[in-house]
Amino acid sequence: MTSGKRQSRRRFLLGTAALAPSIAIERAQAQDAAREQPKEEDLALSAPSPATPATADYKPGYFTPDEWRFVLAACDRLIPKDDIGPGAVELGVPQYIDRQLQTAYGDGGNWYMQGPFHDAAPEFGYQSRLTPKEQYRLGIRAIDGHCRDQFGKAFADLSAEQQDGILKDIEGGKIKSDDVPLATFFSTFLLKNTLEGYFGDPMYGGNKDMAAWKMIGYPGVRADFTDWVDKARRYPYGPVSIHGQRG
Amino acid sequence: MALRNKPVDVVIVGFGWTASIMAIELSQAGLNVLALERGDLRDTVPDFAYPKNVDEIARSARNDLLQNLSRTTVTIRHSKNDIAVPYRQIGSFKPGEGVGGAGVHWSGVHSRVMPQELMLKSHVTERYGANFIPEGMNLQDWGVSYEELEPHFDRFEYVCGTSAQAANVAGKLLGVPGGNEFEAPRSRPFPLPPLKDPPTSVLFAEAAKSLGHKPYGLPAANASAPYKNIYGCQLGPCNFCGFCSDYGCINYSKASPQTAIIPALTRMPNFAFKTNAHVLRVNTDSTGKKATGVTYLDAQGREIEQPADLVVLAAFHLHNVRLMLSSGIGQPYDPDTGSGVVGRNFCYQLINSVNLFFNKDIYINQFIGSGGVGQAVDEFYGDNFDHGPLGFIGGGVIWGRQTGNGPVRGIPVPAGTPSWGSAWKKVATDYFLHSGRIESQCSCMAYPGCYLDLDPTYRDSYGEPLLRMTLNWQDNDLRMSSYVGDRLMEIGRAMKPLSISGRIIKPGSNWDTRPYQSTHINGGTAMGADPTTSVVNRFLQSWDVPNLFVLGANVFAHGIGYNPTGLVGALAYWAAANIRSQYLKAPGPMVPT
Repeated sequence: MTSGKRQSRRRFLLGTAALAPSIAIERAQAQDAAREQPKEEDLALSAPSPATPATADYKPGYFTPDEWRFVLAACDRLIPKDDIGPGAVELGVPQYIDRQLQTAYGDGGNWYMQGPFHDAAPEFGYQSRLTPKEQYRLGIRAIDGHCRDQFGKAFADLSAEQQDGILKDIEGGKIKSDDVPLATFFSTFLLKNTLEGYFGDPMYGGNKDMAAWKMIGYPGVRADFTDWVDKARRYPYGPVSIHGQRG
Repeated sequence: MALRNKPVDVVIVGFGWTASIMAIELSQAGLNVLALERGDLRDTVPDFAYPKNVDEIARSARNDLLQNLSRTTVTIRHSKNDIAVPYRQIGSFKPGEGVGGAGVHWSGVHSRVMPQELMLKSHVTERYGANFIPEGMNLQDWGVSYEELEPHFDRFEYVCGTSAQAANVAGKLLGVPGGNEFEAPRSRPFPLPPLKDPPTSVLFAEAAKSLGHKPYGLPAANASAPYKNIYGCQLGPCNFCGFCSDYGCINYSKASPQTAIIPALTRMPNFAFKTNAHVLRVNTDSTGKKATGVTYLDAQGREIEQPADLVVLAAFHLHNVRLMLSSGIGQPYDPDTGSGVVGRNFCYQLINSVNLFFNKDIYINQFIGSGGVGQAVDEFYGDNFDHGPLGFIGGGVIWGRQTGNGPVRGIPVPAGTPSWGSAWKKVATDYFLHSGRIESQCSCMAYPGCYLDLDPTYRDSYGEPLLRMTLNWQDNDLRMSSYVGDRLMEIGRAMKPLSISGRIIKPGSNWDTRPYQSTHINGGTAMGADPTTSVVNRFLQSWDVPNLFVLGANVFAHGIGYNPTGLVGALAYWAAANIRSQYLKAPGPMVPT
């Protein structure tokens, strides 16, 4: 356990050093961040384990290749790259979801998952026996199956407009499956996890370079606003991550 | 066969706020005290240290400080003819777990109680007449007065380093801005001055004043300055880090058992605690009128008997009530006959919550905040307004707090905004720095159809029945919530936002267990003067088993609108003081039956 953590942190540090920012100001910031980087021993004391930021060559540990294509395509429609800011895929959100599913969360680790399971009114919350892992497996299978029936192609191979239409219909409860409550899969897992990964700390695999935080003006984990609480003006400093990166 | 530990003078179930209070007060009296906590050890360092603690994914998305529902939870239904289903994921309330309990992840709003609330039946009858009380409302007095509790409110505030401006010191109105003119008399000012107001609170106060209300700064157990409390525990000033509710405190600022009591308590040689000790039941002797101790499961799942002369239930509300039911102490409430008391008077606050969306020149900076900081109005709280023409009982505190929010916790967007795609992204980006939330937190009365009992179907991971909640909003409270919600919206509009959207609970609304509301669950082992309508007497002593005391919001006879921790803490001090001054000298019933 301990050696695994150390290894993944070493990869993280190597990965940071290997990134070569193309313009001078970014390089200056990166050097600044490197100087600010806490010692590995300090990180070991303070940081949770899934600690590798988004990487381009990530190999999914839970999703199958077909599922991975779906997750990449769906994340790209849920938060597309546009003139407002970065997209979910370039920030590593699919990687975030794949990693989260390999934590206790993926098995509903701290949820009450004993039966019997009853259909109840929506205000009684989640009443399915499906774990997050199973939601993704069955949900993606059902959606890809629906797309093949309707268009002869998997979701990932549809046009952006077709994909948006499918996602809207799932969200609105118009596409159903016998195996999985698709509207629940969409809102409670696919969309919720996408937002978590997009806005969560980069150490979990998404929000690469804190780009989502910069987009909305969130200073991350600076966590000290004694001098700004009563200012009601734009906060002047960029974000800081849990591992001490500065943006 | 159960293992048996060496007897102790006092065994306390739980190790959160009320357990810590009772433990230190009885340890100081020289008793051997043992606290049994079902969760794990937690302390500021290492568990709440920066930066580990300021992790939105771990704390808010995965709820890692909250009760692990896979081990035990509750079932919920709206009425007794429905099938209850489990509360499978954290939603509208957030029970804690581990040392410190819910006192770790609370916000810090530290209110007292309005004197009239403790004698609500008498008060309503006197002011409006007995016929004003709706049929089917279990309105009752609590058996204790504000004046009796005042020294204990005071003590708890001086333990917490509570920060606020006093308004009414010993009956003299100070007339200082920021104090609450509706405040009940206090014996001395708060130990610390008010916190600085963040933008939401400033705008709220200005709007409230423009409507003729008298806004005040909420009492906050988030220290505004360095403070050493009566036990010698040192608190540091709050820095508005924005990680408060759901989180431990990185700065030793938010009062918690860890910051305010446990460091002093664990130095006492006659106090000990065990973690991973899940109490299954209170044991009684053959008469059923004397507790002999408790039985718990240790970390390895071994059943262990802990004998004790005095047993104190000081876990979270839900576990206290369940232990009374599973131990067979007190008569369980029967909704068909109305007889019995354990599980009766179960209440849960109604909360209206709306987000305000401002023009881009108005910076709210919602990522800045502190759990307890905020401006509030009490004009529509308790009986501060004439209920005669309105025809309902109760009210709510209306506030503009800024507790700190980050994007994983959710970026509020105006109603009608798509939930994904570029259209959502633009709106979320436009408003993140320019939106704030205001709320009204309302009382909840007790009703025959709202109660707690043991679920006949679902069991926890120890094989014990889950506690079952039967509760929905009732007519009186819905009309009250709607009225207070209208007042909330008036203030919101006077804050001049571009738009407002959110949730006002009105007639026709049902309890929705999904969105977070509050962890302010009340009643189930009500305190009172009458054993036919209460489980514990005015000293929180079991009517049936005099060497058993029951602490927590479960002793409330109805749900107050204020945040309950101040009253919960004061009642624990009140019980402890009376155990020391009366019970220990003459163990036995402290109120004749």
